[in-house]
Amino acid sequence: MARIDNEYFKDERESGFKVIGTPVQRSDALGHVTGRTEFFEDRNFSNLAHLKIHRSTRHHALIDDVDYSEALRVPGVLRVITYKDVPENWYGVLRLIGIGPDDEPVLAEDRVLYVGEPIVAVVATSEAAALEGASKVKVSYTELPAVLDVEEAMTPDAPVIKRAGTNYFVYEGHHARRIRFGDVDAGFAEADHIFEWRYSSAPIEHAPTETTGCIVVPQAGGRLLIHSNTQAAFFTLDNTALTLKRPFTDLQVKGGTVGGGFGGKVDVMVEPLACIAATLTNRPVKFVYTREEEMQVSSPRAAERIYIKDGVMNDGRIIARKIMLYVDAGAYARHSPYGATKAAAHMPGPYTIPNVYVDCHCVYTNRTPSSAMRGFGVTIADFAIESQMDQIARALDIDPLQFRLRNAYRDGDMKAHRKVASGTALIEVIQRAAALVGHELPPEYQAMSSTTPRGAGA
Amino acid sequence: MTLRYGRGYASVNYPTGMNLGGDPSQALIHATTMGGFVVSLSSVDLGQGLKTVVAQCAAETLGMPMEQIIIDTADTDTGPHCMGTFASRGTHRVGNAVIMAAREAREVMLQVAADELEVDAGDLETDGSGYVLLKGSPATKIHISDIALAAHFKQGKSIAGRGMFLKERSYPVPETGEMDPDSCQAHACTVAEVEVDDETGVVTVLSLHNTYEIGRALNPAMATQQVEGGAWMGVSHAIFESTEPYYPLSRAHGPVDFSEYLMPGPAEIPVQTSVILERPASNGPFGAKGIGEMTANAPIPAIANAIFDACGVRLTTMPFTPESVLRGLDAL
Repeated sequence: MARIDNEYFKDERESGFKVIGTPVQRSDALGHVTGRTEFFEDRNFSNLAHLKIHRSTRHHALIDDVDYSEALRVPGVLRVITYKDVPENWYGVLRLIGIGPDDEPVLAEDRVLYVGEPIVAVVATSEAAALEGASKVKVSYTELPAVLDVEEAMTPDAPVIKRAGTNYFVYEGHHARRIRFGDVDAGFAEADHIFEWRYSSAPIEHAPTETTGCIVVPQAGGRLLIHSNTQAAFFTLDNTALTLKRPFTDLQVKGGTVGGGFGGKVDVMVEPLACIAATLTNRPVKFVYTREEEMQVSSPRAAERIYIKDGVMNDGRIIARKIMLYVDAGAYARHSPYGATKAAAHMPGPYTIPNVYVDCHCVYTNRTPSSAMRGFGVTIADFAIESQMDQIARALDIDPLQFRLRNAYRDGDMKAHRKVASGTALIEVIQRAAALVGHELPPEYQAMSSTTPRGAGA
Repeated sequence: MTLRYGRGYASVNYPTGMNLGGDPSQALIHATTMGGFVVSLSSVDLGQGLKTVVAQCAAETLGMPMEQIIIDTADTDTGPHCMGTFASRGTHRVGNAVIMAAREAREVMLQVAADELEVDAGDLETDGSGYVLLKGSPATKIHISDIALAAHFKQGKSIAGRGMFLKERSYPVPETGEMDPDSCQAHACTVAEVEVDDETGVVTVLSLHNTYEIGRALNPAMATQQVEGGAWMGVSHAIFESTEPYYPLSRAHGPVDFSEYLMPGPAEIPVQTSVILERPASNGPFGAKGIGEMTANAPIPAIANAIFDACGVRLTTMPFTPESVLRGLDAL
């Protein structure tokens, strides 16, 4: 087990707890290891129907025709669902808290924006019949030019893929979520050294043990009971009700035990269609992603591209930092505009830099829509910032931990987004990590403290 | 073939709670006939242990043993509103709501006990074993079962409480980005040690030495689980995972299962040493900060920096594949 080092922040730590701070055994451990924990798929219902999707095979195309007559002839197929069966087909997962636009259809209407976009849902008495039915749907396309690269999507001659008219999310009139602090040009002019590098990442999958899914059971009184592995029960309930145009009290979400989420189960992708299918067939309906769907069409972590330019003095003080960040949102917004704002708030990292200029772009491309994932808006930024810190330390021949300590934020420092830092402990975790591996720090670095204002002492 | 050894460093911070706030969680507590406490939530346990840690918050606040606490979670008919389990917010938001609800319930519990014992409620305390007793005179005591029975059958009272945590939403100033994006910040520093095979390009993470500052470890065993599991995920991000080997050109070769989507197995798990520091957050439940997401982050750049230290190749694209290492070595 990890050691708790009580020597730090002694006077801030309350003691005398009876339960808090003790290694109580987790309440669900026994159920998990003996296989008795009940997940949503462990519930059995007679008459259970299954829902599968026919998905786009094109990056970007007009839909000329959808022919599902053969799907209806597959034995066991109960119903085919198109966008016309979805009461409020256009949605955005953040509309509950007033962040638009509602830019994504539950089922595609006249066009598709990515490979894997759902076009038709097939409900059948068995999973095999639903799969076969979905495979029999024929879609005729007229292909449109696709844009698959974030920076290419920002160029004036890129094909515009969004109805809003731009391939990027507009933040209150701006093409990016911005941070402006100090005078970055003056900082660069004053700096002894300028360093500029580019960082990027590939999209990755959440890879939960349990794939995204739900079972919707029509109740005797007309309500719908949703057994779901959502990460957010009310988020799912409210958004589903909006899509169904039904009173919120018509739905009940039951969940609570989830086989891994990491952000992948907050997009509300399965419940609305399963509810429509359950209503249309008056049967319990199960809609669960296959592993292939989980990896190919569920939201991945966004690929990002980040440019960082730093102005640094000979003594190792970073005095200016400019960051251009491009988040590949894929075809639809989902949580990505929020993630880009979170990225902006995280800049310029846990360091006190007097001049900061940040543009975080949320960019639409014809790729799988990305969305929330553990470390949303921050993980790739941390990779970029900390790689940048290492490169600068090496270029200036400064010890990498000393370089971080010289720039570490402390209580009372003003962050670039103009909130005064408090409760900081970057200095202490660095000092403790150095001690852990026998990395020697000179006395003045050992004497630093997050609670000592900058300039006082060290 | 040479195995080249390198060491790399990275330090990070991480915000607790939904960026910009506006993400409330509520909790309700009521006592059953015999003095069990049901905590009703709409929050979800993703495997991180939320149910256990909020039960601890309830037990500590009520002054009752863990066995008295039942967590009823994620039924929207019976649970009060919760925004959801994400953004490293569960322990912080839900923990605070549970503490608030438990305080309210405790007040009623002590008043019922006071009436039964014919003493002043302010003179009572709990011992954590199920008894409410008179301060300085512990022989005068009453068990929670008897308190609950008296409340329900004699005094006609409901031992219950409501809790709500909300950090009001902050709206960024469009021109400057001025905003209040967090409730508190957790911190971490990772030292990664790697071995790079300069013939195959394979990177092996030998060890991760992690120091985490997490406000307060409400349950040290589960905090360890979180930070070490998270660091493992960081290793996975750093040197294994990608859905699109040929990003951004094609997705035809995207993985469809775990035999194609690479993640570290037991053989690739590095030795981990972890040290936890605690600087309690003023707005955290017993000082706790959110740590769920942060723990994956510092290992990634630490590994990139260690690869450079080992072989002089600066990898600026995640993940750090053998191909990218070999291409980097060729370019030196």
